[in-house]
Amino acid sequence: MATTRGFARPYWVALRYMLVATVVLGIAYPVAVLGIGQLALPAQANGSIVTVDGEPVGSSLIGQSFTDADGAALPEWFQSRPSAAGYDASASVASNYGPENPSFLEEIEARRDAIAASDGVDAGDIPVDALTTSGSGLDPHISPEYANEQVARIADARGVPEAEVQSLVDQFTQGRDLGYLGEPTVNVLQLNVALSELAG
Amino acid sequence: MEAWLLVAQLATLVLVLAVIHRPLGDYIAWTFTRAKDLRVERGLYRLVGVDSDSEQSWGAYLRGVLAFSLIGVLFVYALQRLQAVLPYSLGFPAVPEGLSFNTAASFVTNTNWQSYSPDVTLGYTVQIAGLAVQNFVSAGVGLAVAIALVRGFARRNTGTLGNFWVDLTRAVLRILLPLAVVSAIVLIAGGVIQNFSGFTEVTTLTGGTATVPGGPVASQEAIKMLGNNGGGFFNTNSAHPFENPTPWTSMFEVVLMLAIPFALPRTFGKMVGDTRQGYAVLAAMGVLFVASLAALTAFEIGGAGTGPQLAGGAMEGKEQRFGIAASTLFATTSTITSTGAVNSMHDSFTSLGGMMTLFNMMLGEIAPGGIGAGLYGILMIAVITVFIAGLLVGRTPEYLGKKLGPREIKLASLYILATPTLVLVGTALSFAIPPVRADVESTSIWNPGLHGFTEVLYAFTSAANNNGSAFAGLTANTPWFNTALGLAMLLGRFVPIVLVLALAGSLAAQGKVPVTAGTLPTHRPQFVGLLVGVIVIVVALTYFPVLALGPLAEGLQ
Repeated sequence: MATTRGFARPYWVALRYMLVATVVLGIAYPVAVLGIGQLALPAQANGSIVTVDGEPVGSSLIGQSFTDADGAALPEWFQSRPSAAGYDASASVASNYGPENPSFLEEIEARRDAIAASDGVDAGDIPVDALTTSGSGLDPHISPEYANEQVARIADARGVPEAEVQSLVDQFTQGRDLGYLGEPTVNVLQLNVALSELAG
Repeated sequence: MEAWLLVAQLATLVLVLAVIHRPLGDYIAWTFTRAKDLRVERGLYRLVGVDSDSEQSWGAYLRGVLAFSLIGVLFVYALQRLQAVLPYSLGFPAVPEGLSFNTAASFVTNTNWQSYSPDVTLGYTVQIAGLAVQNFVSAGVGLAVAIALVRGFARRNTGTLGNFWVDLTRAVLRILLPLAVVSAIVLIAGGVIQNFSGFTEVTTLTGGTATVPGGPVASQEAIKMLGNNGGGFFNTNSAHPFENPTPWTSMFEVVLMLAIPFALPRTFGKMVGDTRQGYAVLAAMGVLFVASLAALTAFEIGGAGTGPQLAGGAMEGKEQRFGIAASTLFATTSTITSTGAVNSMHDSFTSLGGMMTLFNMMLGEIAPGGIGAGLYGILMIAVITVFIAGLLVGRTPEYLGKKLGPREIKLASLYILATPTLVLVGTALSFAIPPVRADVESTSIWNPGLHGFTEVLYAFTSAANNNGSAFAGLTANTPWFNTALGLAMLLGRFVPIVLVLALAGSLAAQGKVPVTAGTLPTHRPQFVGLLVGVIVIVVALTYFPVLALGPLAEGLQ
């Protein structure tokens, strides 16, 4: 009867409607999903936490940096992609560099030089994911090519046979979802956890 | 990249949508034509004071939409301003006035433009009680308005279009909420989080510390996609692994964005009593979608531009698990609907790739467009198309048995002019007012040169078309952008809605013109071709000059 009861009527209805909607959609709905998620799928709902000896060391979905306190790459760990967020998961952010941005070009060059030096590889052989930052700044994956490229450096730094490190990479290389969605990946944290167990 | 991967990905999407559009479209039509209320709905109507049997004129329907949206804006604004005293705020302070206005306008208009970085601005209460509620109801408003327009075509000699409160309630309770609950659980299974744990610090393998964020993400993610809202729980939106952990969740989110928009032509056909009319509209949407996806994917695989060439591919701003194919599918879907979510950063796309995401929004988001808004958008252009075809053969134009006289054509024309005006005027003012220009160039623009201009153009295109995606290098949390984009979102949402409902009212009041030999058939491929042609020509004529100043110039350098 909104047509017949004056100008203020729809506002009064709207106000009450919004209060009910807030209770149903803003409280009951997320809490119901919370309940179902926590009961049925607690591992995922709580962040797919990876543990070593019972202690959490991160989430398999959230990328980490494997660097020293000054941010220098530690050669004995598989390195993640470059990140505009510095892998700070409390503030995800991307570089948002346009394709012609001079800072972007400089950073690509600098990364290429650094990796060529640390890994002892030809600058032309460095895969694209090692030279570019991800959208989230928290990419947990690298390409199998970048993982393979790091094997020799890691074997050398840890004093273990290359074949052992390589077999870990092969083991942690994941194909496309269903065989055709997305790209092949290697999860850096999971690979490094396996690596630490190998060395230990 | 192997071509079969692209084909298989698209084929999967087409297959899924082909299977669901019919039952879903029929269900939506049934939902809005059945007289009977559910018991829970009757309780709600008593609580809020709605007589569900009463029908509204287009003016009353519109007053309901506007009153509800105004209250929504005030509500979301107030929650942000009171954040410091609300529970589960993670210690974040009150959101400043300008930003609160922008965000309130953004979520109520189904835009979900985010001038703020949610990770460091909003606690859980504002996210779920403020923003997620609007994710439901703003989508419900869009759907309700589309249904009112369809009733305008379907009804004869009546002064009424239905009841806004009933349509809104049914859209939310019978369509969005059940789908959202199921989708949220599927997303959790894929790795999307749902907790209230805040930030957890852990000690890493190297002895450093890492943060694992928490939050009620899955419940928000589901309705964010399903309602074509797009506002991320996290700053990096669906690129964030906790919003979109795997390639299959990315495909699932794409399906959620497209499910209702691609089902609505079926609903439309059902309600006007001729499903062929719906399929003609669906065909036009499908053609534009596939063409746009193909172009964006080709540009990104091509990887033109100095940076991508230097790095060996256009992977800046893209996640390794998605690569190019899953990123361009998501980007096309998000910008050609009104979603605006991103799983890769559009600002870092190749120049011409970034232009495609702009172009999708400039199409008016009608292929298939946002929930409800896409259908009413393409029907407005269909009205123009019938008019142009009528001029060509020299007859009074008719569409679905309704005469399109001067009043109808004026309303449809104003509809088509409304958002481009906002986009072009907003962009122009950003550079024409000297102090604003100084602020835009020094504070807001991130990438130098032509790309910086494109960032501003993208912002106004996104806001006026209620998309919400961004060339996110732009710092939009400034007085100018918070105000100007806030107004662009409000006008870009409600001016078109006024015109759509006015047209619906004038159509419903008419009788039905009998089909004659001179009537243009609007269910044949010929009409689909005409419709696509009119859409592309209107957009090209309107936006070509401004595209030439930004992404086209950059891409052809």
